[in-house]
Amino acid sequence: MGSLVKQRVLRTIVLLVLGVYFILPLIAMAEFSTRGREGSRSLESWTSIVDDEGLMEALVNSLLLSVTSAVLMLVLLVPTMAWIRLRLPQLQRFVEFLCLLPLAIPAIVLVVGMAPLYAWVNYFLGDSPLTLTYAYTILVLPFAYRAVDAGLSAIDLKTLAEAARSLGASWFTVLWKVVVPNIRVALIGASLLSVALVLGEFTIASLLNFDTLQVQVNLLGKRNAGVSIAVSLLCLIFAFVLLFALSYVGQRRRQTVVEE
Amino acid sequence: MTSVAPVAAAKPGGSTPKKGGAAGRPSAAAWLVAVPFLAFVGTFLVYPTVLVLFGAFQDSNGAFTLENLTTLFTGVVFDAFVRSIELSALTAVIGAIFGALLTWAIAVGNPDGMLRRTVVAGSGVLAQFGGVPLAFAFLATVGFEGLVTKFLRDNVGIDLFAGSAWLFELPGLTLVYTFFQIPLMVIVFLPALDGLRPQWREANASLGGTSWTYWRHVGGPILTPPFLGALLLLFANAFSAYATAAALVSQGSPIVPLQIRGFLTGEVVLGQENLGKALGLGMVIVVSIAMGVNVLLQKRVAKWVR
Repeated sequence: MGSLVKQRVLRTIVLLVLGVYFILPLIAMAEFSTRGREGSRSLESWTSIVDDEGLMEALVNSLLLSVTSAVLMLVLLVPTMAWIRLRLPQLQRFVEFLCLLPLAIPAIVLVVGMAPLYAWVNYFLGDSPLTLTYAYTILVLPFAYRAVDAGLSAIDLKTLAEAARSLGASWFTVLWKVVVPNIRVALIGASLLSVALVLGEFTIASLLNFDTLQVQVNLLGKRNAGVSIAVSLLCLIFAFVLLFALSYVGQRRRQTVVEE
Repeated sequence: MTSVAPVAAAKPGGSTPKKGGAAGRPSAAAWLVAVPFLAFVGTFLVYPTVLVLFGAFQDSNGAFTLENLTTLFTGVVFDAFVRSIELSALTAVIGAIFGALLTWAIAVGNPDGMLRRTVVAGSGVLAQFGGVPLAFAFLATVGFEGLVTKFLRDNVGIDLFAGSAWLFELPGLTLVYTFFQIPLMVIVFLPALDGLRPQWREANASLGGTSWTYWRHVGGPILTPPFLGALLLLFANAFSAYATAAALVSQGSPIVPLQIRGFLTGEVVLGQENLGKALGLGMVIVVSIAMGVNVLLQKRVAKWVR
């Protein structure tokens, strides 16, 4: 019993100390962003978020990018991974290696090689910030791959596909009406992860000179720290809500598996 | 947009070879389905990587040279590598120790409880998406006008910046980095702690063991490989990190990622155009060593956790 009490005390201390350590900056951000003139409180920093056109434009860019990157990721990854499991198992290792490769190559290194590549991309496809979709799809590959791979491993893909094929379904129907609905939880997980990653991305956007949310927040910090801190706090809260929701998505799947 | 089109086109194309050898060798057409993916990854991942790795061995005219690499071991560049490695190692150790404690604190609690959910989601945010917001969190807390700075100055009489602008130098980076290193440890280490079976603890207790004997002979040995693996991952993570440091340090380039920023934003000395790529190669080598050792460790773990 003595060790159980000790364990409880130690646990409380750990949670308290680290809890304060991590919550203090959040409180400081809330305090800093509500500072008014001469010690008064004011919501000026928060209201001027909406008035800042550059910031709003960058936010729209980032939101669009998060959607296009998630879509391109799904379109590239899901058919390929399903097909590889069904017909090209000899490619599995290689594709896994490619998908996990971005973990070994820091984004700051990748951007060195991407700079000349993007000179071409911008020459042929225009210099819209949306061209970042390609770079971001690469960045989210490792996370998306793991999520989709876990989803595909959890279903009996071969049997499902054979059953659908023997009933006369085309491969496209198999993919769209059998594979996708069966791994939809994994697909939602992969998409939410890539949305969060794209909204938080700074390295590649800033060094390729594109105007995204984080780039603007960083730029704005040089002029008006209050607004940047307010937006930063919003970003952290938004990412937290996304990931918190994600933890329930994962749980629903566990429950359905148990029920079955 | 052009690279999206082939995907849609390849799908129906892939449906033609359906009768060709389901069990035997896949037909040529079956390979076609993988082409859009491979072409995309080849263009936007493999090509830029190769560009960096080969560029490191070329001079400004494209001829083979080792000069870029030998420059890595001299002057400011070498100092940056040493500082980067020090920063990464120090924050990895701090992150691993405190992260392991926090992981333990949530692992012994209710697995579906609010506390655990909150800590895990919060850790995910800070570990993977912190970046620029984290830098501003620090300016708000211990910046020149931060909450803690002002409190200490007005109420306790301590000036945090009496010595130097430490927040924008290595000590500041160390402090800020712990804010994504500790959370990353939680995410990486939690599965290992969850893998400890309660039966082992019960067996230890029924054989008369204490908490100490349990951690000394059961928990400790089992957790050592995943702990070391997580330590290496944390090291690689801090070594690769750029956004937080870039937002915090706008002058000077104390660490390698910021040196690379210098090369990309135009502070290039004539004849050293490819030095940035050599720095990139150096980073990839350091990260690969850490990841490689980690893979070896994971194999050891796999034997035990089964």
